Amino acid sequence: MQSRSRLVPVLLVVAAGMLFRAPFLIDAAPYESTMGLIQRIFYYHVPSAMVMFLSAFVCGIASAIYLAKRSPRADAAAVSAAELVVVFGLIVLVTGPIWARKAWGVWWQWDARLTSALVLWLIFVSYLLLRRFAGAGSEMLAAAVGVFGMANVPFVYWSVNVWRTIHPNTNVVASLIPEMRVPFYWCTAAFLLLYVALLLTRIRLEQSRMQLEAAYAEIED
Amino acid sequence: MGFLQTVWTIARKDLVIEARSRELAYTTLFFAVSVVLVFSFSFVVEGVALTDAAAGILWVGIAFSGTLALGRTFERERQSDTLKALLLSPVERSAIYVGKLVGVLLLMLVVEAVVAPVVGLLFQAPIGRAPLLLAGLLVTGTLGFAAVGTLFAAMLIRAQSRDVLLPVLLYPITVPLVIAGVRGTAAIFAAEPNLAVAQAWLSMLVFFDAVFLTLALWVFGPVMGE
Repeated sequence: MQSRSRLVPVLLVVAAGMLFRAPFLIDAAPYESTMGLIQRIFYYHVPSAMVMFLSAFVCGIASAIYLAKRSPRADAAAVSAAELVVVFGLIVLVTGPIWARKAWGVWWQWDARLTSALVLWLIFVSYLLLRRFAGAGSEMLAAAVGVFGMANVPFVYWSVNVWRTIHPNTNVVASLIPEMRVPFYWCTAAFLLLYVALLLTRIRLEQSRMQLEAAYAEIED
Repeated sequence: MGFLQTVWTIARKDLVIEARSRELAYTTLFFAVSVVLVFSFSFVVEGVALTDAAAGILWVGIAFSGTLALGRTFERERQSDTLKALLLSPVERSAIYVGKLVGVLLLMLVVEAVVAPVVGLLFQAPIGRAPLLLAGLLVTGTLGFAAVGTLFAAMLIRAQSRDVLLPVLLYPITVPLVIAGVRGTAAIFAAEPNLAVAQAWLSMLVFFDAVFLTLALWVFGPVMGE
């Protein structure tokens, strides 16, 4: 479909444009009172974390659909979403400690939210390892892991509100002053668009790979 | 065959095999005690073991020996292709899952019944302080670990690299469970015990068990294939 093949480039251009503009918007926002310059990592760290959790849900739902219906498209979506969890999770886990070192004095804290985010990331890394090394039939096994990974996300999110933790709680976003809200939502939108573009591209890549394998198998016979 | 009857038949099969050979019980038990010893050497300061290490070492021992027990239990099924036979038989898939789960759970609980006193002995940990609470933590923790582990071990039976993939998959997903178990046990063992905190962790474990047991029951059928 002509319109579908244009969607991804459009998304990429818009996301790239937004991300190009983002530093200027961030620069215009006021400094946070206690942390100064380093707090501005927040504008990339939080949207990346949101995208990471979103992708974990997408993978979980796609895995559940694959378990129920064995649809190859669901499988392609699941593996693409899992890879993006690992990528955006890597951004979160790198920007977080950089921020933490300046703001809290330590690179890492074993508090509930950090630990849970790391664990979620590890689960999806293990998902990818399973798909790579388990041999034939690994799609089904990985789907089970994807469903369990998604089930872990609520534990991640509730942890910050249930247990006392030094990580800023989830009320930070709601209490942002207007001058900070604009760049924050701008960056969130930019990351979301980037995520959708990457996901769609990866799904198409996976579907092409599956078609290629099917064609190859036909030749073999 | 009814659900409970299937569960009992499968569990009894495993227990009878185990009772006759005692292979898993002895090896897993010895492995758990060795793990506890190895870790305790790492945490000994000036000849005295760190008291706070007791809870962590207990649960690490449970996790490691549990992984071993799971691997061996399903290796047995793989050798004679008995799992395929079970799946072909006209019983509910979830009953097969629960039957295997009960077998693994009982084995792990037997091991813990020995390892917990050993930990108490080596670390002067007060395992008698709140025995019901400690038992509750151990049982719910083991149940959650065995629930996820039985599912993964069963589904990996025909996969390549299954020996290393089982812990690779199992440990990240059971981390919340191990955290809850360790923190709850540490709250009991601490110099100033906080039983309310331990009970809070116990309720988290119950919740975790409910969620993951339900998920595993739902996923087991489709994942074990046509």
